[in-house]
Amino acid sequence: MIKYSIITFPGSNCDYDSYYVAKQRGNIVNQIWHKDTDLKNPDVVILPGGFSYGDYLRCGVIARFSPIIKEVTKFAEKGGLVIGICNGFQILTECGLLPGALMLNRDLQFICQHQHLKVINANTPFTNQTRQDEVLDLPIAHKEGNYYIDNDGLKRLQDNNQIVLRYCNADGSIDEHSNPNGALNDIAGIINDQGNVFGLMPHPERNADVYCQSPDGAKIFDSIEKSILQNR
Amino acid sequence: MIKANVYVTLKPSVLDPQGKAVMNALHSIGHDSIDNIRISKFIEIKFQEDDLEAVKSKVEEICKTVLANPNTETYRYDLVKL
Repeated sequence: MIKYSIITFPGSNCDYDSYYVAKQRGNIVNQIWHKDTDLKNPDVVILPGGFSYGDYLRCGVIARFSPIIKEVTKFAEKGGLVIGICNGFQILTECGLLPGALMLNRDLQFICQHQHLKVINANTPFTNQTRQDEVLDLPIAHKEGNYYIDNDGLKRLQDNNQIVLRYCNADGSIDEHSNPNGALNDIAGIINDQGNVFGLMPHPERNADVYCQSPDGAKIFDSIEKSILQNR
Repeated sequence: MIKANVYVTLKPSVLDPQGKAVMNALHSIGHDSIDNIRISKFIEIKFQEDDLEAVKSKVEEICKTVLANPNTETYRYDLVKL
């Protein structure tokens, strides 16, 4: 059993999905309002998906000024595990906890579909229960998932093995058809250089249950819980 | 009062799919000479003070920290005394 804290911003809409999955797995789960200043001593913090502050100005930018973000930043700087899913990923880049930015999708459309993803780094606290190059099936649902970083930034991500997930075909191959949103280098998920902050556009919490089309999302939660329990 | 007109534009290296879609639409109705379109944000901010230097440093700070994402965007502004 581990302790999850899940932050709710005005406009978050995947907070309860995350709560449901974490709770159903037998964990202690606290839901934290964005105006709170106490993270309640978690093992891991989830910044959930949704449309915080209506995506005004840029996705995730206004959430950065919520009081709880100061606590999340302190927690991350001390090495605490933080996972940002979809809008949570956008918030993490706007806070500067992850490099790069999430831009409008290449085809200007909101995409809601199942997506194959290749595990590029299975040696993280968030993917240790997956295999290197394993193909996961997770849903995506976003309009601003087009990851961008400048050339130097991309090189740093590659050199430090910070690219965790890339969009791919069902057989793991990567080509122009496997990239749904135009993301640079087909990037779907990255980790910070310390390895404790993970942002991804796909939604593991929507596919973590045996009743779902694929239970691959559970592997992300398995990984988080294994890494916390191992380090106790 | 001072009004700041702030323009936030995508860096030249960043693709602008919206601009491209608008350009394609304009090409389709015969505007063949259009070579490129980039879509930007225009933000008006009114300050209840008259010190241009003070407002300039505030606008600079606001642009850097909030209005523009340094990864993908650049900004410029002009200040108008009302």
